[in-house]
Amino acid sequence: MKLDSMYQEIILDHYRNPHGKGLRDGDAEVHHVNPTCGDEITLRVRLDGAVVADVSYESQGCSISQASASVLNDLVVGKPVGEAQQIQEAFLELMQSKGQSDGDEDLLEDAVAFAGVSKYPARVKCALLSWMAWKDATAKALAAHPA
Amino acid sequence: MTNLTLPGLLDTDAIRKDFPVLQRLLHDDRPLVYLDNAATSQKPRQVLDVLAAYYEQHNANVHRGVHVLAEEATALYEGARDKVAAFVNAPSRDEVIFTKNASESLNLVANMLGWADEPYRVDADSEIVITEMEHHSNIVPWQLLSQRTGAKLKWFGLTDEGRLDLSNIDELITEKTKVVSFTLVSNLLGTVNPVETIVRRAQDVGALVVIDASQAAPHMVLDVQALEADFVAFTGHKMLAPTGIGVLWGRQELLEDLPPFLGGGEMIETVTMGSSTYAPAPHKFEAGTPPIAQAVGLGAAIDYLSDIGMAEIAAHEHAITEYAVNRLQEVPDLRIIGPNTAVDRGAAISFVLGDIHPHDVGQVLDEQGIAVRVGHHCARPVCLRYGIPATTRASFYLYSTPGEVDALIDGLHHVRNFFG
Ligand SMILES: Cc1ncc(COP(=O)(O)O)c(C=O)c1O
Ligand SMILES: [Zn+2]
Repeated sequence: MKLDSMYQEIILDHYRNPHGKGLRDGDAEVHHVNPTCGDEITLRVRLDGAVVADVSYESQGCSISQASASVLNDLVVGKPVGEAQQIQEAFLELMQSKGQSDGDEDLLEDAVAFAGVSKYPARVKCALLSWMAWKDATAKALAAHPA
Repeated sequence: MTNLTLPGLLDTDAIRKDFPVLQRLLHDDRPLVYLDNAATSQKPRQVLDVLAAYYEQHNANVHRGVHVLAEEATALYEGARDKVAAFVNAPSRDEVIFTKNASESLNLVANMLGWADEPYRVDADSEIVITEMEHHSNIVPWQLLSQRTGAKLKWFGLTDEGRLDLSNIDELITEKTKVVSFTLVSNLLGTVNPVETIVRRAQDVGALVVIDASQAAPHMVLDVQALEADFVAFTGHKMLAPTGIGVLWGRQELLEDLPPFLGGGEMIETVTMGSSTYAPAPHKFEAGTPPIAQAVGLGAAIDYLSDIGMAEIAAHEHAITEYAVNRLQEVPDLRIIGPNTAVDRGAAISFVLGDIHPHDVGQVLDEQGIAVRVGHHCARPVCLRYGIPATTRASFYLYSTPGEVDALIDGLHHVRNFFG
């Protein structure tokens, strides 16, 4: 069934047990919404020099948007900012692939499970919500504390 | 699907044959169960044929030619105005303004009042009253007007049951109130509002009344004289017509007094480099080439609806709504947002299903061929009021069947199992 390609077990696991959820100290905070469906996230980034020290968030929304925030937290926390940005770009590319890409598993790890979501245009925004918020917050944090 | 019959149902077997898209099979050959009628309705063959015939046989610009096609196109366009006037029982056809949708109709009223002279002018000393259950189309134009003029925007609140809270009506609508604008039927809650009580109070203080009938015109007898409103707005695409055509009905003397909003061709009498004089209403408010084919399509849709009968359509939808409200309440963890009976209620039913997000509910239903709407339905203040991020909404129309309600219920059980 097509639905299983969207709702991979990994995604449902992250949805039920989100990693890193909750707001903690940060250098920058952003609030992003998905106006078509009402998914919302408040996200903070804390940098330690050039390393992503923490990504904390409070969010509300569908399983795809929630799971995606959890995977984001797993993938970027502890990474140098430059590397995290590469991961973000790879994820963006995967989500824009309209089901044509499987994603680079070495780089994206659990996030390749979202490949199926890229076939559903209405849900791509859900998957990207936290990642775009992270990109925005990181830019703000960098502007405030140039590494 | 079951063949359950309920008292008051229309002959949906016959009606459904008129709607080509309802024959569609979706994923794995499942029949389309279209329950997103509050967003837009499907179109019958009779409307599609009229559109095709218009373009194939009569296409021309209106009011500006002496040739045969121009005369035919003008007659068809103006004929559609007659049909709309009859459909809403307007005292005069000149009170029917064509717009592109309900949003434009409501923005048009707000702008007429913003630019008007006394006594209609909305200014810093005025108050505007709307309700917490409005569609964004009946919120934002008034917010804009209030920001631009300094007028104060006031809101009717909602009760826990999903009805307007009228307990403070005398404090809300006061001598300062210039305009009261509210929806006849809520697109999210399904609530049918008590027009008379509100109109009575507005008339007592001399305020104008604007009614958003977008969710009413497709589903019930609409009589602008009985409503005693000053303006009534609705949109064609929710009532079997094409997109791109809406209506603003306004009382004649108001349309004569109020200033135009958009300027352009069609709306003038004479133009010099110094100034212009305007055509009489409704043309004063229809600048530029109008949506001609779409208006003609709306006329055809009105013919189709009138042949069946608006009272009959309302009875059909009432029966389906009652059945749906009852069956939905059998689903564990399901909470209806809005009245949980069919009394004073339209055929749009919003609900939340435990903590499964509506986005996910809608996706799993879609896989079964069931089309519902999920989100805040352009009425975000309602979601905030009830402390929910979004809802799933099933909405019915004249071609909806009890079998489709059953399919929805089965689908919701499947959703629960999927995320359980
Ligand atoms: C109550 C209500 N008002 C206004 C509108 C706006 O209609 P349109 O988008 O056609 O302008 C809608 C449609 O979504 C509605 O349900
Ligand atoms: Zn979502």
